[in-house]
Amino acid sequence: MPAGISTSDFYYILPELVLTAGALVVLIADVLLPKDRRAALSWVTLIALGATLASLAPFASTRVEIAHGLIAVDRFALFFKILFLVAAAITVLMSVRYLEVEGASPGEYYFLILCATLGMMIMAGGIDLVTIFIGLETMAVSFYILAGFIKPSQRSNEAAVKYFLLGAFSLGILLYGMSLMYGLSGTTNLRVMATRFAGQEQNPLLVLAVILVVAGVGFKIAAVPFHMWAPDVYEGAPTPITAFLSVGSKAASFAMLLRIFVEGLPAMSGDWRLLFYVLSIVTMTVGNFAAVTQSNLKRMLAYSSIAHAGYVLIGVVAGTARGVTATLIYLLVYSFMQLGAFAVIVLLRREDVVGDELKDFSGLHVRNPFAAFAMLLFMLSLGGIPPTAGFMGKFWLFSSAIDAGYYWLAVIGVLNSAVSLYYYVRVVVFMYLKKETIGSEPKATPALAVTLAIAVAATLILGVYPRLLFEVAEASARTLGMVPITTALR
Amino acid sequence: MAQAIAFYFIAACILGFAVLVVTTRDTVHSVLFLVLDFLFVAALYVLLGAQFLAAIQVLVYAGGIVVLYLFVVMLVNLKRPPEAHEDPHRRTKLGFGLAAAVLLELGAIAVYGSVNPAAPMPATPAIPVSGNTEQVGWLLYTSYLIPFEIASMLLLVAMIGAIVLAKREL
Repeated sequence: MPAGISTSDFYYILPELVLTAGALVVLIADVLLPKDRRAALSWVTLIALGATLASLAPFASTRVEIAHGLIAVDRFALFFKILFLVAAAITVLMSVRYLEVEGASPGEYYFLILCATLGMMIMAGGIDLVTIFIGLETMAVSFYILAGFIKPSQRSNEAAVKYFLLGAFSLGILLYGMSLMYGLSGTTNLRVMATRFAGQEQNPLLVLAVILVVAGVGFKIAAVPFHMWAPDVYEGAPTPITAFLSVGSKAASFAMLLRIFVEGLPAMSGDWRLLFYVLSIVTMTVGNFAAVTQSNLKRMLAYSSIAHAGYVLIGVVAGTARGVTATLIYLLVYSFMQLGAFAVIVLLRREDVVGDELKDFSGLHVRNPFAAFAMLLFMLSLGGIPPTAGFMGKFWLFSSAIDAGYYWLAVIGVLNSAVSLYYYVRVVVFMYLKKETIGSEPKATPALAVTLAIAVAATLILGVYPRLLFEVAEASARTLGMVPITTALR
Repeated sequence: MAQAIAFYFIAACILGFAVLVVTTRDTVHSVLFLVLDFLFVAALYVLLGAQFLAAIQVLVYAGGIVVLYLFVVMLVNLKRPPEAHEDPHRRTKLGFGLAAAVLLELGAIAVYGSVNPAAPMPATPAIPVSGNTEQVGWLLYTSYLIPFEIASMLLLVAMIGAIVLAKREL
């Protein structure tokens, strides 16, 4: 008879419990509040996210497995959880005005954002295929609905349907791979699995499992050739959701990727490294070259986000502690600059302008100098120009590749960054050199100004003084998969 | 050996019906093939000794979900291809013949049963302490309690999502 769950297990999932409670409070408050007071829901959501962030504090240096090895509470999970919560908070700040302009009701919207965050947190902490999969589903289902939240918009509907169908398909592939892993090892726990797979490198079924899981995860991080859904979904979804999708969902999928491959399949590292090596090169190149031809900024950022998944994969390929550190650093840095860029697009959304076409940016420097400067900074950071955070992130990624002996990967990464500069700088040219302007004056609400200020500050500070982030990320990367197995083998 | 044969037969049926689900042009037929597919998946569970899962599979999937599918298919009233309306292959007589055969068989069994009353049943063996359902219950509510609870959040999300999408005015 299996042992029950202990009270201490519930102590360790305190942050998840707080977040769940917050989500439910939002749902109930939506019904109780009068219609003209619904704007207060964004505050409730922010408080829930803040409380969750605060409840992470006792686990700053915890390193345990709880609930019979289903969930790990370690610094690796902590790093990602902080990233998700910050990204969710920025998304909420961005959404306030956007929802007003689009005329959508905030209650379910904020509830779903909180649930997506919950799913991500479970994914980052999961060291068991069951937990990881349930977390992934919770996140994915929330995003399917959020992508189609603007119901009158046909593009939003299309995005939701496309994302749902391709997401379900990719989950099927991922599950097939996971079921093979379970069948071959007799356990769903990744750490136990790793010990059982030692010496099975030649097993063709295991190779098949690795290929299937790589393909399934590839869909989630939008790596070429599994990226077809990304541009349409990113373009059609509500802009704050696009931002959250391209940051939160991507980071969570990378957390899952690192857990599955580094913790569960170290024996197969030769195979998955090779697969990710090829995926990384193709993803960077296709993403960047496709982005060059885009005139819609959300679409361009979608392709740029695909390219960035390629860069981050470099760290995974390197696979060393340094590679994982670089992956974590880049994901955090990328979150701020990507969220910031989308915040500027949200700022341009007004009653009379959609604001996501390149021409909507012309003359922004004259009309809103702060937004233009922020966008300039985000574009330079995404392109990898010092002294921004994007430069430091790329520097660590490429140096981790060189460190591990993947010289060509680093070279191709640098060449790709050069290509990407073309389309990032084009936005800057429109903002600063073009004169003709469209529509009414784009004004920042206080919430949007705060969003931009946070993103600008993070992009600059992490670029100039990266040491702190590096130390935190390194300590987090060290806890990945090096905890001795304390639970009994199941 | 017998188990292997059964497995491969069931697996082939599952795959075959799955292919039919996506290749059939008539939506109602497609849904009905899906029912067959689910039933064979249930058979696979029985083969693996997971009777509880098999029962759930039949009740929830074949019984509940697919009936909903059928409702949806009929509500949206997809136009059937024209040849489906006048089915040249309809064999009314064969259907009546088969029904008559079944009726005859049932009658024969009833008559036979009343003539030769059944021998008293051997005493049922003691119910094992830990049955299939109990084992699943134990696992779900002890070791897998946390994923189980997260799954409830997942269902809540799906429910809210359905309401959001179906609500006329947001």
